[in-house]
Amino acid sequence: MTRRRLVLSVNGGDHEVWVLPSDTLLDVLHDELGLADVRYGCGEGVCGTCTVLLDGEPVNGCLTLAVQAAGRQVTTLRGLMGPGETLHPLQECFLRRGASQCGFCTPGMVLTALDLVRRCGRPSREEIRYALVGNLCRCTGYTKILDAVEEYAGQAAAEVPT
Amino acid sequence: MVAPSFEYVAAGSYDEAVRLLAGGGDEAKVLAGGQSLMPMLNLRLAHPELLIDINPADDRPPSVAGGMLRLPALTRHRVLLEHDLVRRHCPLLAAAVGHVGNVRVRNRGTVGGSLAHADPTSEIGSCALATGAQVIARGPGGDRTVPVSELFVSYWTTALAETEIITDVLIPVARPRQGWSFQEMVRRTSDFAIVAVAAVVELDERADTIAAARVALAGVADRVMLAGPELLTGLIGSTLTGGAGADGTGTGDTADDAAGAAAARIAGRVDPADDVHASGEYRRRLVRVLTGRALRQACARAAGAVA
Repeated sequence: MTRRRLVLSVNGGDHEVWVLPSDTLLDVLHDELGLADVRYGCGEGVCGTCTVLLDGEPVNGCLTLAVQAAGRQVTTLRGLMGPGETLHPLQECFLRRGASQCGFCTPGMVLTALDLVRRCGRPSREEIRYALVGNLCRCTGYTKILDAVEEYAGQAAAEVPT
Repeated sequence: MVAPSFEYVAAGSYDEAVRLLAGGGDEAKVLAGGQSLMPMLNLRLAHPELLIDINPADDRPPSVAGGMLRLPALTRHRVLLEHDLVRRHCPLLAAAVGHVGNVRVRNRGTVGGSLAHADPTSEIGSCALATGAQVIARGPGGDRTVPVSELFVSYWTTALAETEIITDVLIPVARPRQGWSFQEMVRRTSDFAIVAVAAVVELDERADTIAAARVALAGVADRVMLAGPELLTGLIGSTLTGGAGADGTGTGDTADDAAGAAAARIAGRVDPADDVHASGEYRRRLVRVLTGRALRQACARAAGAVA
């Protein structure tokens, strides 16, 4: 099996990497590019800790081959942060509401919730639950995560003129 | 776990993929959305030497022609869920796909991949059976049409040859006076179905008497399966209001009672196995309960009583 050269566009920057055909996007982002905000959880697409946005849509980093990401825009949690690593408003809501404890699930939660709010505007609590069903958290019991997403959706709706 | 090593090639067309598949023999696998194959690789349940990625082969959207909804094989679950043509012409499938996986799985998973994977708990497979869908399979000798009722053979096994690839799924468009229902039992939303039931019911021209019904079951056997037509004969001719119906040919049974009786007959015929998720006896009970609900809701929709 030979490695092949690949240019990955991640969080707005291009990165040259040499990958095996069997390397997943998760492998390359975490191990090669050192992005600790993309995490191995289950390897089956169930837990959501390897969530990244591929051309803006949440996908499983563990179920996408790195070679399949060539020519596409990859966004990890870090890509949401402002200059000087200022937090995204949704991350602020997570902090304020105590929606992060150990933090392992947080990047996937934030990326998935952000996709939901972008698409739905102001989702109901039930819609938030449904969208986040594929992101497992073993600390918070989810209630505070729902609170944080709800608060952010309210803020975002207030800012966008309709 | 980490996937075993394999070679990878992106196929620019289905024809190229078929050629590669014919050259790769037993050791080649087709990669569509990858939401079932990639977990199998990560868990080392599959050991292909070559993955043939068909994602670059097709970017057609769903379309309708000749009374059929045409879903290109790479139609993502999210598109099934949201596309206007799918929602209008196969509302059963659009509704059922909401039960498949999670947001990430639905963004990548495909209708052709799902049918080719042939999971015995498949929501999409059961809808394809209930609607009388067909797949178009391309092989070295060209295309052939395979009714989905002949597609599923056993656990993760289809009637397709090893060199064939599904390129399209064709579903007869929903007709007036037709109603549908999808019922599923899971422990947690997004889980594989313990039991799922997809039902389609059609009323006669007077919109009173049941003229046809199909029921597909998932989670009860080695494949998704249609309930035998003989189990539904008591339902045909029953009327929504009871009595002999507007044309006097009805059986005198109400559709509501007949639905319950048909559900009991179907449950009496299945023989689901015990596994870690549920006992066979529980599954059999679910078949009775969910089939009854599905037939009643499909009747109500056919009569225009439920959206």
